[in-house]
Amino acid sequence: MNERNSIIGKIDWLTIFLYLALVIIGWFSIFSAKYDEMHPSIFDLSQVYGKQLIWIGASLLIGFIILLIDAKFFNAFSLWIYFFFLASLFVVLVYGKATKGATSWIDLGAGVKFQPSEFAKMGTALALAGYLGRLDVDLQKRKNQIVAALLVLAPMALVLLQNDTGSAIVFVSFIFVLYREGFPGTGLVMVGGVAAILLFVLTLVWNQTVMYIILGSLLVLTLTYYLITKKKGIVKMLAVFAVMFAFVFSVDYAFNKVLQEHQRNRILVLLGQLDDPQGVGYNVHQSKIAIGSGGFTGKGFLQGTQTKYDFVPEQHTDFIFCTVGEEGGFLGTAIVVLLYISLLIRIIILAERQRSTFSRVYGYSIAGILFVHVAINIGMAIGLVPVIGIPLPFLSYGGSSMLAFTMMLAIFVKQDANRLNIL
Amino acid sequence: MRTSNNSLSNRKLLVMGIFIAVGVIYLIRLFSLQVLDKHYKQLADNNALRFVTQYPARGKVYDRNGNLLVFNEAVYDLMVIPKQAMKKDTLNPFDTVVFCHLLEIDKASFIERMNKAKKESYLKPSPFMTQVSKENYAHIAEVLYRFPGFYFQTRTVRHYPNAIAAHTLGDIGEISAKELEKDKEEENYYRQGDYIGKSGIEKSYEKELRGVKGLKVMMVDVHNREMGSFMDGELDKEPVAGKDIYLGLDSELQAYGEKLMVGKIGSIVAVEPSTGQILAFVTSPTYDPNLLVGRERGQHYKELQADPMKPLINRAISGTYPPGSTFKTVVGLIAMQSGSITPATCFHCSGTGSLPIKCTHSHGSSPDFANAIMNSCNPYFYESFKATINNPKFGGIKEGYQYWKEMTYKMGLGRKFDTDIPYERKGNIPDREYYDKMYNGQWNSVTIRSLGIGQGEVLVTPLQLCNIAALIANEGYYYPPHLIKCFGDSTAIPEVMTTKVDPGIDPKYVRTMKNGLRTVFSGPAGTARRYELKDIPQCGKTGTAQNPHGNYHSNFIAFAPVDNPKIALAVIIENGGYGATWAAPIASLMIEKYIRGYTVREDLEKRMMEGRISYKNER
Repeated sequence: MNERNSIIGKIDWLTIFLYLALVIIGWFSIFSAKYDEMHPSIFDLSQVYGKQLIWIGASLLIGFIILLIDAKFFNAFSLWIYFFFLASLFVVLVYGKATKGATSWIDLGAGVKFQPSEFAKMGTALALAGYLGRLDVDLQKRKNQIVAALLVLAPMALVLLQNDTGSAIVFVSFIFVLYREGFPGTGLVMVGGVAAILLFVLTLVWNQTVMYIILGSLLVLTLTYYLITKKKGIVKMLAVFAVMFAFVFSVDYAFNKVLQEHQRNRILVLLGQLDDPQGVGYNVHQSKIAIGSGGFTGKGFLQGTQTKYDFVPEQHTDFIFCTVGEEGGFLGTAIVVLLYISLLIRIIILAERQRSTFSRVYGYSIAGILFVHVAINIGMAIGLVPVIGIPLPFLSYGGSSMLAFTMMLAIFVKQDANRLNIL
Repeated sequence: MRTSNNSLSNRKLLVMGIFIAVGVIYLIRLFSLQVLDKHYKQLADNNALRFVTQYPARGKVYDRNGNLLVFNEAVYDLMVIPKQAMKKDTLNPFDTVVFCHLLEIDKASFIERMNKAKKESYLKPSPFMTQVSKENYAHIAEVLYRFPGFYFQTRTVRHYPNAIAAHTLGDIGEISAKELEKDKEEENYYRQGDYIGKSGIEKSYEKELRGVKGLKVMMVDVHNREMGSFMDGELDKEPVAGKDIYLGLDSELQAYGEKLMVGKIGSIVAVEPSTGQILAFVTSPTYDPNLLVGRERGQHYKELQADPMKPLINRAISGTYPPGSTFKTVVGLIAMQSGSITPATCFHCSGTGSLPIKCTHSHGSSPDFANAIMNSCNPYFYESFKATINNPKFGGIKEGYQYWKEMTYKMGLGRKFDTDIPYERKGNIPDREYYDKMYNGQWNSVTIRSLGIGQGEVLVTPLQLCNIAALIANEGYYYPPHLIKCFGDSTAIPEVMTTKVDPGIDPKYVRTMKNGLRTVFSGPAGTARRYELKDIPQCGKTGTAQNPHGNYHSNFIAFAPVDNPKIALAVIIENGGYGATWAAPIASLMIEKYIRGYTVREDLEKRMMEGRISYKNER
């Protein structure tokens, strides 16, 4: 009893609040997306919204149990958990080949299916945290760098072999934690990568001139800052801006002169700049209509017309954000985006206050995973990112992802609650 | 460690910076998408989309000479989107009374139809009333704007200008729950309310005839008015019209056959021996195919189903009859081919005193093969049958029977042809196991003697019997009988129908048989000699089959002319008595009509057409 009381006092209630807010928004969105007048109760277990309630209940229960387990358990067993999910990825691969083509599911019978790739991310986060937390591991050493990279690349490769590109891309998120822990070169890759993607996409979505204006204004601001504070490194900064201008210029040039028309069209379709009604462009177009028609305040709960007509496929799983956008309007989407950003920032802040490397690395890992999921999923719904089928954490319908994300977060909350016990 | 960790700690700023930057970009994007850009609002706000299925024109059906047998007529389906129809609108309340009056239905029916649509889908259109006539359509469409959620969808129904060959052409009807279920697993093409071929060639060529559905995406405003096509029709899909089909049927011959069969129960099947194409496919009684079209289809179907004469049965393929003496052709051919008899073989006949089977015809006492066929001598063919299955080369009577049964199978008996005629029946040629079980393994040629003269367990369909005639006409081979001649776009018809089947009977024996069948018309004692035509040399064989339903069935198989036959046919008149009384003259008239194009035997034709056979028992 004493132990539990102390837990309640120490856990980070802000994280729990953000988590619950997202879960509840998700549940109501699924209800609205799949609303059926023949089954008007949100508790109807024959409908997906009723089933989601079961998953939420199961997740809360498991999350609660995790909070009761000794915090040292996860560090001690991190490698075992990792290898367990690695093995289950193998099973899926073999089993998947035995059935047909690529599948990322294991059928547990009685209609329950289990997607190991959702849990493998958590396993990888634990293993990486366990490994980097060892006193003899230093990321400046080549040997340790290789092991750390292998811990991430092994499950990523297995997921890729399942043809589940979306889940494989999520493993890229470990670059954040590796950067934080000082893995050489990751900072450049990360910043360069993010900047390049941003500049490329924004140049195509807005256009070259707008980008020149934005970069120009930024340059002026930066120069002013440097001139006023008289800081050093102004030359370096100018070089960075030169590279950015050159990149924006070459994006336009490469896009219009080097690429062929069908390649250009494909990229524009993926960016939602061009409509391809027969293929992926149709989903994006419908998704944008649904979100765009929501206006500032939205059409109101259960009042959406676009998402209910089955215009947007996967509307309760990968495209759940459409329902938020149509019925909640900009208010709704802004709240959801802010909830996610708050949660991510909160996790980083909590991670930084940890005494143990294990807890910090784990915190950064799951922040990265959540970030990539959110960025890709919402970006896809609003036509900024190609269509990649991965769930929106805590909102999308699905037992495996709900359980996996909850467990992931609960383990971190437990580590955080226990931080003062570590010397 | 500690210092380096501190410097690394600053790295949180970049990570958080990226998180926030992406969040801000997304918020800007969302603001522009949802608040600044009115384009999406226009697309979605007050406009609902309506997915209107574009039904392709179903393929037309012609006879072998290009005469139209089936074409399409436009009808209108009243569709409903329950959600839009149920929407509470205080300004324009939905007036159910007026609506019901307009459609000439009562309130209970309205509720029932609405519930059915709701059950199908609350949000997607379902048929509310199908096949509204042109007149009612114009009337209703004028005021339909007052009833949101309802709209018309055009579709076509089948029409049959000649009202012949109902069973052959078949019909289409709303897809059943069972068919829908099956389609979901296979093609997933049909939706509730779609039409599908139910019988005849409408069923066997459903995929070719139906074409491919198209789709039109329309924007509809709150007043249920179509506001034009969505995304400039980019999502629309043009329907692909169904293929036309040319049948081997000769519509004049078919109509003539149906007239000859009025007042009789039975069937006429005629094929072109050189192709296997069916020239006439008559079953009697029949019905007007136009009855099974439109909104009264269900009612008419029930009435036809209740008719004691069972007009819905296609007796040409579903009627299984004892072939009687027409079967002697089969028995004779197998006996010769197996070397059990030769054309010169004579068997003794003591007329009505013969054992174990008496003879019903008076003729010379020891006929050879030609005489036996002409006179339809029962003992001769019983002896031939016995000689075949007792033939020592098979090493036993059961093995002999096995051979005999296999030969009948190769000749197309006791099996389906599986070409393009749905609901074929197999008829019956028993297995040796059947007799083993029935007689405890103790049986011999005497036990099963009836088979030798086409009685007992043996049952054939008129189609199978006609194929025997074609086999003899072709001197040893046949093409599986089928209905189609070609597709309108001249794509190939299935190979099974153009593949020659050779049961392995030496043509010289078949020629002997052919000569024998010629004497049935031309010989002094031929059983059909009264129907001989000077200018068209016909061949045939009568059958007078005992059956459990009363008087003998009158059977006949025939083909003509004797060289390069153009037509082969089988006629069965239930309870018509002797083969020569009804079946032979009807067959002969059919031959004359087809080859000459007209008939000269007016008295005979009149007698056949006006003749009625009284049927006391229900079929």
